[in-house]
Parts: sequence; C-alpha cells; structure tokens
Amino acid sequence: MLTLTCPCCGVAAEETELAPGGQAHLRRFGPGSSDDDFTAYLFDRANPRGVHLERWRHAYGCGKWFLAARSTVTLEVFGTYPAQTREPPADVVARIRQRHPEWEGSR
Amino acid sequence: MKRYSVFAVARQAFAHHQGWEKAWASPEPRARYDVVIVGAGGHGLATAYYLGRNHGITSVAVIEKGWLGGGNTGRNTTIIRSNYLQDPSAAIYEKARSLYETLSQELNYNVMFSPRGVMMLAQTEHEARGYRRTVHANLLQGVETEWIGPQRVKELCPIMNIDGPRYPVLGALWQPRGGTARHDAVAWGYARACSDMGMDIIQQCEVTGIRTEGGRVTGVSTTRGEIACGRLGLVVAGHSSVLAAMAGFRLPIESAALQALVSEPIKPCMDVVVMANTVHGYMSQSDKGEMVIGGGTDGFNNYTQRGSWHHIEETVRALIETFPMLSRLKMLRQWGGIVDMTGDRSPIISRSPVEGIFLNCGWGTGGFKAIPGSGWAMAELMARGHSPLAAPFGLERFREGRFIDESVAAGVAH
Repeated sequence: MLTLTCPCCGVAAEETELAPGGQAHLRRFGPGSSDDDFTAYLFDRANPRGVHLERWRHAYGCGKWFLAARSTVTLEVFGTYPAQTREPPADVVARIRQRHPEWEGSR
Repeated sequence: MKRYSVFAVARQAFAHHQGWEKAWASPEPRARYDVVIVGAGGHGLATAYYLGRNHGITSVAVIEKGWLGGGNTGRNTTIIRSNYLQDPSAAIYEKARSLYETLSQELNYNVMFSPRGVMMLAQTEHEARGYRRTVHANLLQGVETEWIGPQRVKELCPIMNIDGPRYPVLGALWQPRGGTARHDAVAWGYARACSDMGMDIIQQCEVTGIRTEGGRVTGVSTTRGEIACGRLGLVVAGHSSVLAAMAGFRLPIESAALQALVSEPIKPCMDVVVMANTVHGYMSQSDKGEMVIGGGTDGFNNYTQRGSWHHIEETVRALIETFPMLSRLKMLRQWGGIVDMTGDRSPIISRSPVEGIFLNCGWGTGGFKAIPGSGWAMAELMARGHSPLAAPFGLERFREGRFIDESVAAGVAH
C-alpha cells in the first residue's frame, strides 16, 4: 500500500487515509487570460509515465493539503513537501535525479 | 483465410488438427503505410477493420508494444450495455452493442456474445430516480431498457438478497439485450479479419517517437525501425498521454488503475450481469463458472497495471450484503489495467493538434462495450474527416464547454 508522510502533521499515512488531488504546481490562468491558457489550466494534464508531482490531502488525518513526488510506474515516493511552494524543494529534486537523471522538471 | 465452420472442425478432426493455419500473419514492418494505428487492442483493431471494410483502406499497420489484446482488452470484465443517459453516448454505445449482435457471423470468429441482460441496481432513492430518468432517456434514444421492481430483480437473479438493511434493492435499470462477450476473442477475431484484408499486425513493436514535418505527421519511430505513414491513429488507452507527449501536446486525461478479480469456478448460479453502483461493484458469471467481479479505480495517477488490496476488500465487502453467497467463495485471481480518465468520463474520438494524427482514447472504465462502435466511428473520421457518431466526442468540447457528462450515468466508482 502506498504510504506518504504528511509534512503538516508528520504522520506516515496509508493510502486509505489520503485523498489524491491530481497534478501539482498548476499555474492558474483566470479572468483576462487567453482561452488556450485557460483551457490548458482547467483540463490538460502532463499525466507522465514516471515522475509525477501531485497534490494529496490528509483527509482522515489533519485534513491539510500537501504535495508529493512519486513515480507512477513503481509507486516509489521521492518525498513530500508543503503545498505552499511553486516547485519541489532541492532535497526532493536531488532524490528524483538520483533515480531519474533524465528528469526534466515539473513543467 | 480458411473459413471456420462445423465442416472445418470435422475435417480437422480427421487430420488430427494439424492443418489449422495461423489466425493472423506476423510480418516485418514495411517502410510506409497509408495509415498506422498504434495499439492492437480491441479499439485499434476495430478501427483498422472498419477502415478496410467500410472505406476500402487496406494499407494499414497496427503496431503494438506488447501482444495483441494484452492491455485493457484482456483485462476488463467483458460487460456490454448501452443504457447511457446522454444522447451522444447512447448513440455510439448502442451502435457498438448492435454490431456485437452479429459480430461472430461477420468476423467468422466466435466472440461468444451473450445477450444475457444487464441489471443496474438502484439501492438508494437517488439512484432509483436517476435510473427512471435514464429509462425515459433511453426510450427517446431507441435503446431498449426497462425499470423493474425488486421482485422482478429477485426472479431474474435469485442469489440476490433484496432486503439488505443497509443497501436494500429498490429496483433496477434492466437492459435485456446487454450482456457479455469473450474479450480476447473480440481482439483475435478483428485481428484475423484485418490480416485477411492484407493489413499488417506488428506485435512487440513499441513506438519511441512520432515524426512530424511542418505540423503534419510523417511517421513513427519504433523499436523495429522507422515507419512512415500518411495518417496516424493513437488508440492506446492508458498510455495516450505518453504518445501525446511524443507528438508535443497534452491531453485532458489522467491514467489510473482499475482492477477486477475472479472467484473459484462454481456451478451456474447467475445468468445476468449485475452492476451495483452504490457499493461500487459489478459481477457476472463466466462460462467457466468463475464469478467475475469489477471494482473501483485507484484515485491517483498510476501506470502499474496492478490493483491495491484495500479496493478489493472494499468491493467484496460491499457486495456481500447483496450477494451473501459470495462470503463462502475463494477469490482466485486479481489484476489491474490502466484506464484513461477524462473530466466528463466520456471518450475522445478526435483530430489532434497535429495534422494527420487522430485520437481514440478516454474510454476510461468502460471501453470494452464500445469496441465495434468506436472502431466504426474512428475509421469514418480517419477516412472521411468527419463522423456523425464521433463528432460530439471531439477534443474541442473541453474548450467549448460541451461536456458529455456521464459521471453519474455511467459505470461505477469514477
């Protein structure tokens, strides 16, 4: 079973305790943006076969949102980090690159 | 191609069954085809078949990274129904269901279509209201469905407990001409027919890149060399986003694992398909006697083709109240497939941002039932540039806000 450590409360939570929230670090395009940007923001997803940066909510725990870096192929977790960030912290990136040197980042 | 018939079986019986020819050829890829279809699952092969049968295009290669029908085509629970709420869905799924009726005869290959009836249980008042609405919608769409009461449910499926304290059966949406088919046979039948038309089915050939020139597709790079093409169809279900990334665009799709399991084989006890959406489970009995049970999807992005234990537990636990006999059964096998989920839970049959690339994906948790209709529409779109069946399912519907919202009408746990 997938286990993620919630960076907010520190609990190592099992999958059943968590609610997935899809791709992380989406840049919001709101009023005034072009239709293309708005459509891409709303619907288009990277959905990679490999490293995925994603949102999770500790639904049956502290209730807070956080982010995780995980492989969608092996379910290996590279780290979790607070949701109030624009990109993954250096230590998480280092752990990703250790296993996936070719990884080009989250965009 | 030698036709299969009772006489062929008799002849082969006298020849010790040594004379059967291979059902399809496995040629080396040629340098160029008019049309290349990526993905030799049901949808890909059906697309190729109807390109040849309906539009006379036979310079077609179907390339597959694994083996034929080894993806979701071989991993689903084989249910066929067309009792959808929205008009575009009902149209394409009913087209598929009606093609299934005569598919064995048409392909000269027994796909074991068994119109045993599909029953979608209403176990809450909301579901009961929702399904009555679907029956009315189906009446207008020309899809034969019926609202039946709990007593009729019990008659049709005696092993069911209709008085459960938590999930009583209030009635069901009954589609008498729905049912099941042999999933592998559907892929094999289409493959045999495609091969007979001179199309190449190339297995163990993974696409590693998509070549474009001036915004137009020119071919694919594969593990077995370069293949040029005029038009390219991407029909790869859960891996659609991966192929789209090779062509340089993104899709409104997320991939997740959907799983199913089967019990030990037992004597015939259930001759209908039952879907219980409130408890996220659906079940039928296979010809071998196994109870085939489908569950919900994992909620997170996943390419692992395996399921998770707690989802099995959830599904089986919930089904036991309605099917008490399940509690005495051993479960034999469990497996997962990668499904491509769109936001409105409806498929994408569409042109793509790259000229010459066509998409058939997003079937999510319910693609098997649609195979013939999907292939029919996709072939028409690729051959003529327009298909009435496919038109509502274009990629631009997301941008335009024309969703075909089946999240509540279709299937189970999305």
